[in-house]
Amino acid sequence: MDTQSPYAKKISKRFRAKEKLIKYFFFLNGFVTVLLILLIFLFLLKESFAGYTDFNLSEYFFTEKTLADGSTEKIFEWFPTSEDQRLSIVPLILGTLLTAIPATIISTMLGVFVGIYLSEIAGSRLREILKPIIELFAGIPTVVLGFFMLVVGATYFQDVFFTTSRLNAILAAVGLSFIIIPIIATLTEEALRSIPLELRMASYSLGATKWQTISRVIIPTAVSGISAGIILGFGRAVGETMIVLMASGNAAELTLDVFRSVRTMTATIAAELGEVSAGSQHYFALFFIGTVLFIGTFLLNLIAELIINKMRKKIRF
Amino acid sequence: MKDVKIYTENLSVFFDYIQALNNVSIQIKANRVTSIIGPSGCGKTSFLRTLNRMNDLMHGFKMKGEVKIDGVDIYDDNIDVVNLRKLVGMVFQKSNLFPKSVYENLIFAPKLNNIKDKNKLDEIVERSCTQASIWDEIKDRLNDNALNLSAGQQQRLCIARALSVNPDVLLMDEPASALDPISTSRIEELIFELKKDYTILVVTHNMQQAARISDFTAFFYLGQLVEFEKTTKIFTNPSNKQTEDYITGRFG
Ligand SMILES: Nc1ncnc2c1ncn2[C@@H]1O[C@H](COP(=O)(O)OP(=O)(O)OP(=O)(O)O)[C@@H](O)[C@H]1O
Ligand SMILES: [Mg+2]
Repeated sequence: MDTQSPYAKKISKRFRAKEKLIKYFFFLNGFVTVLLILLIFLFLLKESFAGYTDFNLSEYFFTEKTLADGSTEKIFEWFPTSEDQRLSIVPLILGTLLTAIPATIISTMLGVFVGIYLSEIAGSRLREILKPIIELFAGIPTVVLGFFMLVVGATYFQDVFFTTSRLNAILAAVGLSFIIIPIIATLTEEALRSIPLELRMASYSLGATKWQTISRVIIPTAVSGISAGIILGFGRAVGETMIVLMASGNAAELTLDVFRSVRTMTATIAAELGEVSAGSQHYFALFFIGTVLFIGTFLLNLIAELIINKMRKKIRF
Repeated sequence: MKDVKIYTENLSVFFDYIQALNNVSIQIKANRVTSIIGPSGCGKTSFLRTLNRMNDLMHGFKMKGEVKIDGVDIYDDNIDVVNLRKLVGMVFQKSNLFPKSVYENLIFAPKLNNIKDKNKLDEIVERSCTQASIWDEIKDRLNDNALNLSAGQQQRLCIARALSVNPDVLLMDEPASALDPISTSRIEELIFELKKDYTILVVTHNMQQAARISDFTAFFYLGQLVEFEKTTKIFTNPSNKQTEDYITGRFG
């Protein structure tokens, strides 16, 4: 057989090697990133549970105190430096939620509207001016926002709400909103704009007004994208440190009152890790807080990612 | 002139610097089927979209000239465009169902018109699906996501959805391009049925189909209306050389 069929052309070794090299290069990049995150997580985990052998893990949540009449009471307190050390994470989790949830509510109300305005109402020229301005907010150093809330915001706030604590959860929440609103607004805008023109045309051609098209077609189709934005915003609020450190008052109280001072998980780590003696139980407790934060924000991001994927499948254009 | 439904005079359409239509003057008769034929990119879709002002949504759209329906200038500043679009229904070239259930797609337009009664809505759904010859296939799948249907089913569902509002004029942009011969002939029968009540414009690339279904045929080329005649005339004895070449497939 001398004559070769044109189909018999073989792939050259060099080509195959190049393909492989490219593949491994990208794989390696992804792998290293994942590995680093995994190592950080393992380190956190190891440090949080490396405490003294006689330490009971439940003490990260509560301590039991024997009362005079012999009964026991559960105490949820964070008193890391006192003689009678208490390392309950519960007031810190409450503090985080008390700042992050109001911040997310405020930012959702404003951010979703801003997103709708940008995508559906503002013309393309106005959008090109407004969008960078809004994104700029997310870029303000958080220490500046914290400082602003501490110095200016707190005074006005007390004058208006007559709060008992000058620095409190809701003040921190307002500060957080400055960075969460842009997140929710831009993700809402992207979700809305990803809806194909064909769908809008279908709605208009059936005699829908602009508002009917927005409320009955565009928002329902984009709802998962918008909720993903809200979840990511919440994740950011939970992880944010500087603003809450400066504006929340930092008192680790077991409270549900947003007008009182609270202490968040992030602020606790930031404020205490520098001074704690390495290897002490307090030190390990801070790592435990880190682990809880890590898992929490990781799950929030994962959920948001899954929701966004679901939306992509739903539109299918 | 009484039987003229749609009337355009020197209609030119631009998208930024692209001219899609060039001085189109045409008079489309009421209760007749008019085929729009012509090579890809000649402006057929752009022409349909000027009639329900769908082009208003396109970036950089500008128009010159006059478009009248029932003698009313539909580009007058005071025209209620939403009302216009209820009267001039459209089936798009590419099916564009909402990512919702079949049922919700079909009641979308009736609900815009404040029809809330469940029996009335069910009635509309069955009537429009029967007209679009999809009722038998769809009646047990009303709660399925419309995007799970096959391409041909989606196309017929789009027709059903357009019929759900009882428009006055029906614009159909290649309504049978994804259909098998049986569904195609059912749609053709439907068009024949509907012309009692509606004025119908159909864009098609299928010459036999144009010859079968339409009373009049308009041949567009490079944005211009080259020839507009009775279908029998245009397919047997076209007066323009370009038309003849296109119809007979000798187009170069
Ligand atoms: N939204 C738009 N923006 C810019 N140009 C457009 C737009 N819509 C149509 N055009 C241009 O107008 C011309 C006519 O397009 P049109 O879609 O009307 O053609 P058609 O006859 O429907 O073609 P086909 O048979 O392929 O559907 C084309 O050159 C097209 O590129
Ligand atoms: Mg077209």
